[in-house]
Amino acid sequence: MSLTTQDIERIAHLARIAVTPADVADVQAKLTGIFKLIDEMQSVNTHGVEPMSHGLDMVLRLRDDVVTEVNQRDKFQKNAPAAADGYYLVPRVIE
Amino acid sequence: MSWNTFATVAETKRALDEKKVSAVELAEHYLARADVLNPTLNAYITLDREKTLAEAKLADARRTSGDTAPLLGVPIAHKDIYLIDGWRTTCGSRMLENFVAPYTSTVVANMAAAGMVTLGKLNMDEFAMGSSNETSYFGTVKNPWDLSRVPGGSSGGSAAAVAAGLSPASTGTDTGGSIRQPAMFCNLTGLKPTYGVCSRFGIIAFASSLDQAGPFAQTAEDCALLLNAMAGFDPHDATSLDRPREDYSRDLARPLAGLRIGLPKEFFGEGVAPDIAKAVEAALDVYRKLGATTVEISLPNVKYSVPAYYVVAPAEASSNLSRYDGVRFGHRAEQYDDLLDMYKKSRAEGFGAEVKRRILIGTYVLSHGYYDAYYLQAGKLRRLIAEDFKRAYEVCDLVMGPTAPESAFQFGAKSDDPVKMYLNDIFTICANLTGQPAMSHPCGTDDNGQHVGMHVIGNYLDEARMLNAAHQFQLATDWHKRHPSI
Repeated sequence: MSLTTQDIERIAHLARIAVTPADVADVQAKLTGIFKLIDEMQSVNTHGVEPMSHGLDMVLRLRDDVVTEVNQRDKFQKNAPAAADGYYLVPRVIE
Repeated sequence: MSWNTFATVAETKRALDEKKVSAVELAEHYLARADVLNPTLNAYITLDREKTLAEAKLADARRTSGDTAPLLGVPIAHKDIYLIDGWRTTCGSRMLENFVAPYTSTVVANMAAAGMVTLGKLNMDEFAMGSSNETSYFGTVKNPWDLSRVPGGSSGGSAAAVAAGLSPASTGTDTGGSIRQPAMFCNLTGLKPTYGVCSRFGIIAFASSLDQAGPFAQTAEDCALLLNAMAGFDPHDATSLDRPREDYSRDLARPLAGLRIGLPKEFFGEGVAPDIAKAVEAALDVYRKLGATTVEISLPNVKYSVPAYYVVAPAEASSNLSRYDGVRFGHRAEQYDDLLDMYKKSRAEGFGAEVKRRILIGTYVLSHGYYDAYYLQAGKLRRLIAEDFKRAYEVCDLVMGPTAPESAFQFGAKSDDPVKMYLNDIFTICANLTGQPAMSHPCGTDDNGQHVGMHVIGNYLDEARMLNAAHQFQLATDWHKRHPSI
């Protein structure tokens, strides 16, 4: 499989990563090489095989629907690039 | 005070128990050594003398008041992927350059409860993506054995610190070999436990179905003591195994007579450097002399590990790393037009090239119309690989082979070719895909004098047996007792 310039730009948009025209060629070449490696697995017949995500086939636990956390908003917001009055600040999205 | 900087965890514990040394003296010793060597090695990203000494004082006070926690006062350094309340935690990325963790990961909390004193935060490949520690935003880590070579990765700082005697032990994480391969490159013992044994809570997520925490130390005995402290059920981790605690050191002294070692022909074929294969063969002779028997086995689907991994890991990473958007924490670009542009520029600036590549791969394989061909197919291959191992365990107890196909390489040797870099993890990745425990222990050197690691893979929850085998090997050999002259 080979990826086109348009593919790279589309994926980068979906991933919310800015790519400059100068980046695209290098990303395209490296990703094409990586997908050549990945596509080796396409030859395996896996018809009827159950996919696995956990070796011990565990089931997710449930917990009681109760509040377990205390409010640490101020502490958490110390890591925010921009915060004021308990809010996270972002560029205006509603005109 | 004179202190052997290469004392093991077991020796350090004994010295503390016998009051030959205090936690504060130990902390002072290793911090002073870091002051001298870290500018060369770059193993630590963050040292915080005040915090470390406060913890050491607390450990000494606990001892005075009769506390008998098992590792009270023993120093430990943590990979900079573990959150520790109040410590800067960067994950090796510009994205988190100024991030101060607001809470403590369960593994670190468990080790602190066992009495361990945090020396600092260790360098690593950015977001644990790499096999050479060359993707860190904070610069490469030098291999203490040869400063022109990489220490391995992604837990490169964790390996270099212990190998150089900057700490008796360290923590790492292993998503595709990130503990075992650097353990080999730096002549250490490193263990990735069964998925779910150590809590992932408070460890910055890379690929959630593969990530597992584990220890680096000089010996298998030390790894057992460390795992005793790290492991345990944690309700904060949805995939944590709810099972009673076990003593991983309980079988260390057991003789190896009757142990059946499976040797997959796929781990000894082409692609393995001949001098590495020779060192591994010689080490297998030691195991045979100790009473183990070896049997050739086949894991026919294991050759699809790397392709399957480079679907699963990037897919999960693209999802996990979507949280870095320049809003709640992390890097935000200075200049942008609107919210979308802010996301894109913040992520473009905050992430390095390898992290961006993996996010793009993951985004592609999860995008509309590709799920079945990639993520689902990779999930099915995980099952086939796990079934290969299941069949193998009918005729053997442990599986062994070389940890990596070649030894520590020079800086720059693979950094321009991601596929070449990825293939360095060809033997380690299968244990992450299946969730089995696996470790590496020193077992010889190659023709260049670089270290070779024996890769020991066990059945689920069979860590005690693996540690038993490695410990008995270490009683009969001295590879693990060699230290760099640094």
